[in-house]
Amino acid sequence: MITEFGAFALILALVLSLAQVLLSVLGRYRRSGLLAGAGEGAALAAFGALALAFAALVHAFVTSDFSVANVAANSHSEKPLLYRVSATWGSHEGSMLLWNLALTGFGAVLAGRGRDLPRDLKAVAVAVQGLIGSVFLAYTVLASNPFVRLADPPVEGRSLNPLLQDPALAIHPPFLYAGYVGMSVVFSLAVAALVEGRIDAAWARWVRPWTLAAWSFLTIGITLGAFWAYYELGWGGWWFWDPVENASFMPWLVATALLHSAVVTEKRGALPGWTVFLAITAFSFSMLGAFLVRSGVLTSVHAFAVDPTRGILLLGILLATAGSAFTLFAWRAPSLAAGGVFAPVSRESALVANNILLSAAALTVLLGTLFPLIREAVSGEAISVGAPYFNLTFAPLMAILCLLVPFGPLLAWKRGDLSPAFRALIPALVLGVLVGLAALWLLTPRKAFASLGLGLAAWLVVGALVEAAQRIRLFRAPLAESLRRFRGLPRGTWGTTLAHLGLGVFVLGACFETGWKLEAAQTLAPGQSLRVGAWELVLKDVRPVDGPNYEAETARISARRDGREVCALTPSRRFYTAGGQTTSEVAICTVNLSHLYVVLGERRSGPEGRGVWLVRGFWNPLALLIFIGPVIMALGGLVSLTDRRLRLAAGRRREIRP
Amino acid sequence: MRRLGATLAVTLAAALCLAAASDPAERLPDPTQEARARALFREVRCMVCQNESIADSEAGLAVDLRRLVRERIASGQDDAQVRGWLVDRYGEFVLLQPSFSWANLALWLAPLAVVIAGVLALAARLRRPVLPDAALTEAEARRLSDLLEGTDGHDPALKSSPDDPNA
Repeated sequence: MITEFGAFALILALVLSLAQVLLSVLGRYRRSGLLAGAGEGAALAAFGALALAFAALVHAFVTSDFSVANVAANSHSEKPLLYRVSATWGSHEGSMLLWNLALTGFGAVLAGRGRDLPRDLKAVAVAVQGLIGSVFLAYTVLASNPFVRLADPPVEGRSLNPLLQDPALAIHPPFLYAGYVGMSVVFSLAVAALVEGRIDAAWARWVRPWTLAAWSFLTIGITLGAFWAYYELGWGGWWFWDPVENASFMPWLVATALLHSAVVTEKRGALPGWTVFLAITAFSFSMLGAFLVRSGVLTSVHAFAVDPTRGILLLGILLATAGSAFTLFAWRAPSLAAGGVFAPVSRESALVANNILLSAAALTVLLGTLFPLIREAVSGEAISVGAPYFNLTFAPLMAILCLLVPFGPLLAWKRGDLSPAFRALIPALVLGVLVGLAALWLLTPRKAFASLGLGLAAWLVVGALVEAAQRIRLFRAPLAESLRRFRGLPRGTWGTTLAHLGLGVFVLGACFETGWKLEAAQTLAPGQSLRVGAWELVLKDVRPVDGPNYEAETARISARRDGREVCALTPSRRFYTAGGQTTSEVAICTVNLSHLYVVLGERRSGPEGRGVWLVRGFWNPLALLIFIGPVIMALGGLVSLTDRRLRLAAGRRREIRP
Repeated sequence: MRRLGATLAVTLAAALCLAAASDPAERLPDPTQEARARALFREVRCMVCQNESIADSEAGLAVDLRRLVRERIASGQDDAQVRGWLVDRYGEFVLLQPSFSWANLALWLAPLAVVIAGVLALAARLRRPVLPDAALTEAEARRLSDLLEGTDGHDPALKSSPDDPNA
C-alpha cells in the first residue's frame, strides 16, 4: 500500500513540476506575481511529493518488501539496517529517485528563498529548474520506476553488492548528488540570465552561493568515494582515474573554475560570457556523469549495470538539455557587455590563468575518459587511457596551477604589482624550496617528482598562511590591531585561505603517500611475521567469524615497532553467502597522520598441510592528509557561504525600510 | 667509490622494498628484475577486470599475465620488448598509456591546445581598447553598494590600509 502511495507521489511530483514550468512561464510573460508565486508553490509541492515518494521507497527497503522488484534485486532481509536504508540509492532506479529528490529540493530552495532575485529572472529560473525536474522525473516514472511490483515475489532478496555495504559509501551518494544537482540551480540561473539578456555583477553574486554549496558537497562526496576505494578495495590506492571517478571529477574542476570566474564577474563585471558558459558546463558535466555511470558504455568498478535503452534516453536528455542551453548561449553571448578592463598583472589575470588551467585539466579528464570510445567508434581499435596518461598531462597542469595559487589573492584588482606580492611570498618560497630539497636529499628512495610535489605543497600551505597574515597585518601591526582585523575579515576571505590551505595539505599527503609508501607481502602461518619498513607484523591467529549476512575469517595481527606492540589489527576476509562474493576488510592503524594498512589475503596450504595466509602490509605515510585536505577545502566553501555579503535577503530588507 | 656504494645500496633497498610487495609465490629471484616487472605491471591493463592494472588484480588473467611478463623479463628482454610483445598479442588496449601516434594526436595535444588558446584569448582581452564601464545602471549601482553596506566592494578590514591589494 505504501509502495503504491510512493508510486503515486512520484507521478504527482512530475505533474507538479510540469505545473511549475507552466505557471512560472505564464507568470513571466503576463508579468503576474500571482502566477509566478503559484509556480513557486508548485516547486515546493513537487519537492514535498518527491520526499514522500522517497520515504515510501526507504520504507519498502527497511521492511524488506520483496514484492517490489527493486528491493528484491538489491536488498536482503539479513542486511543491517544502515545498509537496508542505503540500498535505497544503491541501485540505478533508487539513485535516480535520489537525484530527483535533490533536483526538486534545490528547486524548492530556489523558489522559497531567492526573494532578492529580480522577479522576472526568478520566474524564468524556477521554470528552467522545473523543466529539468520534469524531464528527469518523466525518465524515472517511465523508464526507471523503482516502485514496480513483482507478480511473483521471491522469499529472499538478491542483496546489495557487498563492496557497497559500507558506511562511507552509504553516505557518499547523497553528498555527491547534492553536489551534482546543486549545479542545476546554477544552470537554471544562467539560462534565465541569458533569456533575460542581462548578466552582471548582481547575477554573479546570486550564482556564487549556489556554486559554493554545490562545490562543497561535491568535494565531500568525491572525498568519501576516494576514502571508500582506499579502505574497501584493499590495494591502498585512493584514486584510479576510473571513468566513474572522472565523471565526478569533471564537474568538480568546472565548478572550481566557475567559483573563481564568478568572483571576477561579481567584483569587476568582467568575463560575464565565460562565467555563464562555465555555469552551463558544470551541470552538463554532472548530467554527462549520470549518463556515463548508467549507460554501460564504460567499464568501471562503480558503474550500474543498466540496459542500453535507458542509456540512450539519458543521452537524449543530456543532449537536449545541454544542447539547448549552449545554443541559447551561442545566440545571446555576443550581445553581452565585456566588462571592465584589467592589466596583465592583476587579480583578474590570475583568476583567468586559474580558469585556463582548470579548463585544460577538465578537458584532459574528459578526453581521457571518452577518447577510447571515440577511437573505437572511428577506427574500431580499442585503446586504454589509464593513470600513466593522466600523470603526464593532468599532473603538470596542476603543478603550474599550484605555483600560481598563492599569487592570486595577493594581487590587486585591475592593476596589480608583482613585486610586493613576491616579497610577501618569500617565506613560502624559501620553505617550499627547502622542503623540496630536503625531501630530495633525505628521503629514500630518491624521487624527484614527489619531492617537487612536497615543495609545492609547502609553498601552497605557507602561501595561504602568508596571505592571511598579510590581511590581518600580523607582526607588522600591534597584536590587538591584528586581532581586530582578524575578527573583521569577511568570511569569504577566510574561505579562500582555507580552501587554498586544504589544497596544499592534500598535495602534501598525496605526494608523500604516492612517493614513499612501503609495501610487503608474505604468506604467514600463525606465529610468523612480516616486515614493512620499521614495522613487524606478527600473525597471531586466524579465526572464523559469523556476521549478520556473511561468513568471515578474521586474523589477529600485532603491529610492532622496536619490539613494542603499537596496534592490534584485525583484517578479515568476508564471504557473502547471498551473492557469493568475497571482500577483504582492511585493518588500518593510524599512527600520527600515517596509516599502517594490513590486508588478509587468501588461505593457502603451507608445509605439512597447515594453513598459511597471504598477508599484505602497506605503510602509507601521511595518508590521512589526502582526506583531510579536501575536507578543509569543503570547510572553506562552507565558511565562505556564511559570508554576510552573500546573504542577500538582509540587504533587500534594508532597501525597503527607508 | 663510497658514494657509488651508497647509491647502489639505496637502489637495491628500493628495489627490494618494491619487490617484497608482490605475492611471494610469483616473485622473481633477482630483485632488480622483480622491481622492473612490478613497474611494468602498473602499465598493463587487466583486460577482464574493471579498469584495473594487472598489479592490482587477483583475477586469473592478471596472475597469468604477471607470470608471462616475469618470464620475459627473466629471459633478458627489456621493457620495450615486453610491451611490444603484449601489444602484438592483445592490441594497444592492453597498455594503460596510449601510444604517441597520429591516431592519438588529439588526446595528447588537447591539453596544450587549450592552454595556448586560453593564453591567446587572455592576450586579446588585455589588448582591447578601454571602453566606458556600462555594466550597471545607476539604480543598480546604488542598490549594489547598498548590498555591500558601504564596503565599496572591498574587504572593510583592509579599507584604510596603505598596502591594501584591493585599494
